[in-house]
Amino acid sequence: MMLAHLPLLEQGIFVLAALVLFTSFALLAQTRLTAAIHSFAWQGIMVALVTVLVAMVSHIHHLYLSALLTFSLKSLLIPWMLHRLVRRLNMEREVEMISHPAILLLTGAVLVIFSYWIALPIERLGLGNTRNIVAISLSVVLLGLWMMVSRRQVIAQVLGFMSMENGLFLAAVASTKGMPLVVELGVAFDVLVAAVLFGIFFFHISESIESLDVDRLNRLSEREEIS
Amino acid sequence: MSAFWLTLLTPVIGAVVLAWIPRLQVSSWLNVGFCALEFLASVVMAYQIKQQGVYITPGFQIDAFNIYLIMLTAFVGLTTAIFSRPYMQDVCEQGRLTRSRMRLYHAMYQAFLFTMLLALSSDNLGILWVAVEGATLATVLLVSLYRTPESIEAAWKYFILCGVGIALALFGTVLVYFAAQHALPDPEQGLNWHTLFEHAQALNPTVMSIAFVFLLVGYGTKVGLVPMHFWLPDAHSEGPTPVSAVLSGLLLNVALYAVVRFKMLVDGALAGADTPDMAGHLMMGFGLLSFSIAVLSLQRQKDIKRLFSYSSIEHMGLMTFAFGMGGSLATFAGLLHMLVHSLTKSAIFVTVGHASHIANTQRIEHIRGLIRTQPGVGWGLLLGVAAIAGFPPFGLFSSEFLILSATIQSWPWLTLLLLTGLGIAFAGLFRNVHPMVYGTAPDGQAAVSANMLPVVLHLLLVLWLGLAIPAFLSGWLNDVTVLISGKGL
Repeated sequence: MMLAHLPLLEQGIFVLAALVLFTSFALLAQTRLTAAIHSFAWQGIMVALVTVLVAMVSHIHHLYLSALLTFSLKSLLIPWMLHRLVRRLNMEREVEMISHPAILLLTGAVLVIFSYWIALPIERLGLGNTRNIVAISLSVVLLGLWMMVSRRQVIAQVLGFMSMENGLFLAAVASTKGMPLVVELGVAFDVLVAAVLFGIFFFHISESIESLDVDRLNRLSEREEIS
Repeated sequence: MSAFWLTLLTPVIGAVVLAWIPRLQVSSWLNVGFCALEFLASVVMAYQIKQQGVYITPGFQIDAFNIYLIMLTAFVGLTTAIFSRPYMQDVCEQGRLTRSRMRLYHAMYQAFLFTMLLALSSDNLGILWVAVEGATLATVLLVSLYRTPESIEAAWKYFILCGVGIALALFGTVLVYFAAQHALPDPEQGLNWHTLFEHAQALNPTVMSIAFVFLLVGYGTKVGLVPMHFWLPDAHSEGPTPVSAVLSGLLLNVALYAVVRFKMLVDGALAGADTPDMAGHLMMGFGLLSFSIAVLSLQRQKDIKRLFSYSSIEHMGLMTFAFGMGGSLATFAGLLHMLVHSLTKSAIFVTVGHASHIANTQRIEHIRGLIRTQPGVGWGLLLGVAAIAGFPPFGLFSSEFLILSATIQSWPWLTLLLLTGLGIAFAGLFRNVHPMVYGTAPDGQAAVSANMLPVVLHLLLVLWLGLAIPAFLSGWLNDVTVLISGKGL
């Protein structure tokens, strides 16, 4: 596939998708909470822009609505809510220690290669330029998952969760020209409710363990009797 | 068909109304009332389906497969609401809950029932996903209702693990939609299950098999399949008991229902490919793994609710295995097992709730002498455990027997593993239950106000299903078996 031969708008889609992946890496390694929230907001903007471009290429009008929805939800509302929470919990200056940043990022790179490997059979089918997008969106999903596994900070975990949603949205938009509108509205509703619930949980967790470090959520285990 | 809309919309109205009623007496009775209305409507709907066959309206489809699960959901919802009324009042009097949290509890109970009914009746696979995710969101605050550090931790694990799992399931759904874009005459219909099922052969096998891996891991998290099961024992043990009863009895079933619906599509798509049974083999593997790990973990539990949540994982593993094996006998057995397991497990959780109130703890070693203190609860627990362990007159014996017969037919060596597992589970359950029921009661242990009606009702039904399956039900189960495996019994 010669990228240079594609129409300009489709090239734009690829560039933006690559930038989404880049913000995923930025998110993964960002130790300062406020900066991480900003990276997440940028990722939302990129995903919304991809949606606009796809809408322009395919002339599907409901995609403009999804783009608007993504933009307002993922790059304005949720980052704003998280910012407010961080301020109210006095955590603006908080910097999380990452013990092995090199291993963290290298594993991220391995996950991207793994995603391309999974998407390989889909490319062989020759169903258009979808492989890159499927692989990139799967990478974003897996990087979000990896972020949730490796980071100990509750807010970082939520950012990982939300960036997984971004990856899923990217997959739906770029490989299938968007899901039917009802489904997209339903998914957006679920994401919104999840964001509100996360906010409630921050307070419960910080009240009950006086920190937002998940390593201290360790009361329930199979070995509770011994400790 | 107005009965359908009544069933689906009653819980929505219920959730909105109950969120605004401060008086506990009124709201808990109203909760029972709404559930009764849902159940009646679902019975009427089942009757109409029996007369007319499949009911299709844009976005929804009721066939033999979901009607029996809808009825089951409404029924377990009703009996658990009946149990929850005195139980939650008791909890309130102990001062563990405030009024506003009780309002939250009742509203979310109805919201949860709504998501379950929506997931079952929807024909759109995207809406199915939205509803299953909605079920997590509705129950997560119920798990942390007591606001103890443990319950908050359990709810957080539940939220994160199920959120991740369900995100992977959405990726699988997107891939299915992607495959449909290139196969269906009208790509806009690409998420409608019955359209997809008609054109299943045209779906691309490679994309569908990749999609199924994501779907199985995703929805499998909610089924409680090992190794994605860690949320399940925590959420069951820390949440209020009525929530454990509906989680175990309903949510796990609905997630498994989603997996089976997708398996039907994948089987159609892979029919001509090199590995036609790929989906089935994956399910068998995950099912067996869950079954074995759960049976072993059951042995070392100290908390009574954790004990029975591992038993849920065991049974869900067994069902996943049965559906994975395919074939008419195994499918029929799996469907029957879904039904009897829900009934029995929710009855057990109801009894366990009363038992832990009597003993004031959930630790197994401190619960003693139930049958002396309160014979109803003691007998309920004993008979419930006899049923869940698969003793002959109860329905679980029939379904497990059918699963074993199907295994002997197609995978004889695995029978050995299943039988050993069932034996170990039996030992683990009875070793713990025997002293709880018969041991000497500590001084001053007194009976609590218990409503054993749900337990009696459930166990009688399970007994009935073990002795004779009524013709209309076996007709339905047979129709579903034809739908899933191609031929009936």
